Amino acid sequence: MLSFIAQRIGKGVVVLVAIIVMNFFLIRLAPGDPAMVMAGEAGASDKVFVAQLREKFGLDRPLPEQLFVYVKGVLALDLGFSFRQQAPVSRLILERLPATLLLTLSAFVISLALGLLFGVLAARFAGGWIDTAITVFALIFYATPLFWIALMAILLFSVALDWLPSFGYETVGANYTGFRHVLDVAAHLIMPATTIGLFFMATYARMTRASMLEVKRLDFVKTARAKGLSDGVIQRRHVLRNALLPVVTLAGLHAGTLIGGAVLTETVFAWPGIGRLMYEALLQRDYNLLLGVFVVCSAMVLIFNLLTDLVYRLVDPRIEHAS
Amino acid sequence: MKRVLVGLLLGCCLGVVLGASVQAEEPKIGGVVNAVIQPEPPGLMLAMIQNGPTQMVSGNIFEGLLRYSPKLQALPGLAESWTVSDDAKIYTFKLKPGVTWHDGKPFTSADVLFSIEMLKKTHARARNNLLQVEKVEAPDDLTVVFTLKQPFGPFLGIFEVGSMPIVPKHLYDGTDWNTNPYNNAPVGTGPFMFKEWQKGSFIHLVKNPKYHEKGKPYLDEIYWQIIPDAAARSVAFETGKVDVLPGGSVENFDVPRLTKLPGTCVTGAGWEFFSPLSWLWLNNRSGPTANKKVRQAIMYAIDRNFAKDVIWNGLGKVATGPSVSSIKFYTSDVPKYDYDPAKAKALLKEAGYSGEKIRLLPLAYGETWQRWGEAVKQNLQDVGMNIETIATDVPGGNQKIGDWDYDIAFTYLYQYGDPALGVGRNYVSSAIAKGQIFNNVEGYSNPEIDQLFADGAVATPDSRRKEIYEKAQKILVEEVPVAWLLELQFPTITRCKVKDLITTAIGVNDGFRDAWIDK
Repeated sequence: MLSFIAQRIGKGVVVLVAIIVMNFFLIRLAPGDPAMVMAGEAGASDKVFVAQLREKFGLDRPLPEQLFVYVKGVLALDLGFSFRQQAPVSRLILERLPATLLLTLSAFVISLALGLLFGVLAARFAGGWIDTAITVFALIFYATPLFWIALMAILLFSVALDWLPSFGYETVGANYTGFRHVLDVAAHLIMPATTIGLFFMATYARMTRASMLEVKRLDFVKTARAKGLSDGVIQRRHVLRNALLPVVTLAGLHAGTLIGGAVLTETVFAWPGIGRLMYEALLQRDYNLLLGVFVVCSAMVLIFNLLTDLVYRLVDPRIEHAS
Repeated sequence: MKRVLVGLLLGCCLGVVLGASVQAEEPKIGGVVNAVIQPEPPGLMLAMIQNGPTQMVSGNIFEGLLRYSPKLQALPGLAESWTVSDDAKIYTFKLKPGVTWHDGKPFTSADVLFSIEMLKKTHARARNNLLQVEKVEAPDDLTVVFTLKQPFGPFLGIFEVGSMPIVPKHLYDGTDWNTNPYNNAPVGTGPFMFKEWQKGSFIHLVKNPKYHEKGKPYLDEIYWQIIPDAAARSVAFETGKVDVLPGGSVENFDVPRLTKLPGTCVTGAGWEFFSPLSWLWLNNRSGPTANKKVRQAIMYAIDRNFAKDVIWNGLGKVATGPSVSSIKFYTSDVPKYDYDPAKAKALLKEAGYSGEKIRLLPLAYGETWQRWGEAVKQNLQDVGMNIETIATDVPGGNQKIGDWDYDIAFTYLYQYGDPALGVGRNYVSSAIAKGQIFNNVEGYSNPEIDQLFADGAVATPDSRRKEIYEKAQKILVEEVPVAWLLELQFPTITRCKVKDLITTAIGVNDGFRDAWIDK
């Protein structure tokens, strides 16, 4: 097991460096650079000024040299400095991390819990009205753009009913503490987390349903039934456990992207997460910040892939045995 | 003999008049204002970052030597008076005594000298404005003397807080300016002090109890709320979560709906200094737009009244030429280009245009600009032009314009109150420089125009400058180096209980020192 983990970490580092190199060149392919953006904002630009900015940002150096300096920094856990925001990149990312994790983990839990529940119910009553209702419900949320659901939720719950706050992480200026603060953040979290959660719920529900129906037809389920086991036990111990493998795969992929936040949802609900930070960095050609977010996100995907493989082994002992 | 402009007297008189007009009611002390800031400023150090949101927030924290009335007359700021020598080359500023930085240290002429040196390296516009300055001296703690190389007409117009913010020497001198910790917790002399910035959420400013204008500011706190989506900003105002939507915070199509809400006020004031003017860059170097007749045809082909009435909801004015009607030396006595598709078609025929592809670059500033791009495309197609829209984001657009890689491109620029500051840069040959933006990117070159703008900047008295600039406007409108569209107006929407928010020519960018809440 340990050698398996070590091997995977080694491969992960190679993949990470490859991702950095690719992204480094990719974002420089986009027209415009931070110096041009800043000169533009100043409402005036002259050659000397833009040249000064490029020198300050290190953009006047040859690209391979810029790449070398950056990769060296990342390997020493230094993600560089955002000249645009005048702060270290790692600080900027860490500032946004709690809000992002709160939103995406909440959405993850909602989507997984509801997805599994609805998927099991749909499979259990396959072909009946419950199955149809769940399938239609899931399809609606899967097919509708997230930002549209978000805007409609704001119109209903904030403007018409005035039940929930329409934007932000907390009530600005209220300075709540303790449990009041928790409740306040929760009130702000409900709409964005549910919006993202319902979208992913749909995929989990469809996946669970399909997988369970497939497993139900297999011989070992018939054997279990022939042994006289109750339906509940068959569903829980035999069908669901075996049907979970593809769901775990999907959840693992999903979990890896959690750290990247959700740009659209964060934008509509003014949630101060990493998704927005990344989007703003892109618009401002803040190379170091953008690369920093990519590095962190890529690392998270690699880590979650590793964790997924480990969970596989727990869910399906055959994998452990085979390796 | 020294010709003395009694700045103090003028300033005081104007101050009294301005004060009387804006303070008909007795201001009430206290309260919190929630305002929208969009997009989130990358930093708050005004000397190093000059984008709109930075100035809007930092205009409360930092101050300039002067402020400007809506008629663009200079008012005292950190300088309480100023004199100009007879040869119009020496400007002597007397600084206000007893002013302190937010950390309690005294503000002196050394701060002004340091700021000027810093701005020359960090602030492109200040750097250009200061090119005419030969030397700056500080004979004592409260006096600053600028000696110019030659008279420079608009010199008194370069001292507002965004153009020349004064920064604390004791916190920046000898440090690495880029990584100075005060960049993200700025210390100024302004009416409000920086308290907290929760990135992505809000910026919190609190009253400066030792502010040098007695009794001000009236408000206790300001929260600048960061809400990235335009529709969500509208909802935030609608649901009472914010009180102030500065110009451009919401899409134009939402403005009529919001202004009908009870207790809501709207004003177009506060843009007199910036005087935003929109136009289409027309590439004068190559392609069909290199032909003057094609450029004139474009002017006739575009229905600018439609754009004003429909896309801008009736806000703004149709532009008549390179100067906005609110800045100095404007004249409407120029050739007219009313909407006339038939005339446009005739001109295109005369020019020998035969359907060559023309690339149109819209401005990626949101829905309003996207719609305007579509309307202009339709106008031009209606007269037989073959238009291809090139979609890009803001940095990409800037790069293409700077590289002259376009045929027609949308833009809007500020004019800063004087043609020498904000108009000439777009038409004189010396401002043609590849890789740069906001200069003469269209590539228009006319020695007569070059001479007129060179003369206009240094001529005295103002009547002579007026004569020169009026002539320049007539020539430019005849030549159509670019296609002028609208004098823009960005409405500021507020709850009516927020009083005296806008009292000067830079509006909400001048800080909320006069604002108060009628409880």
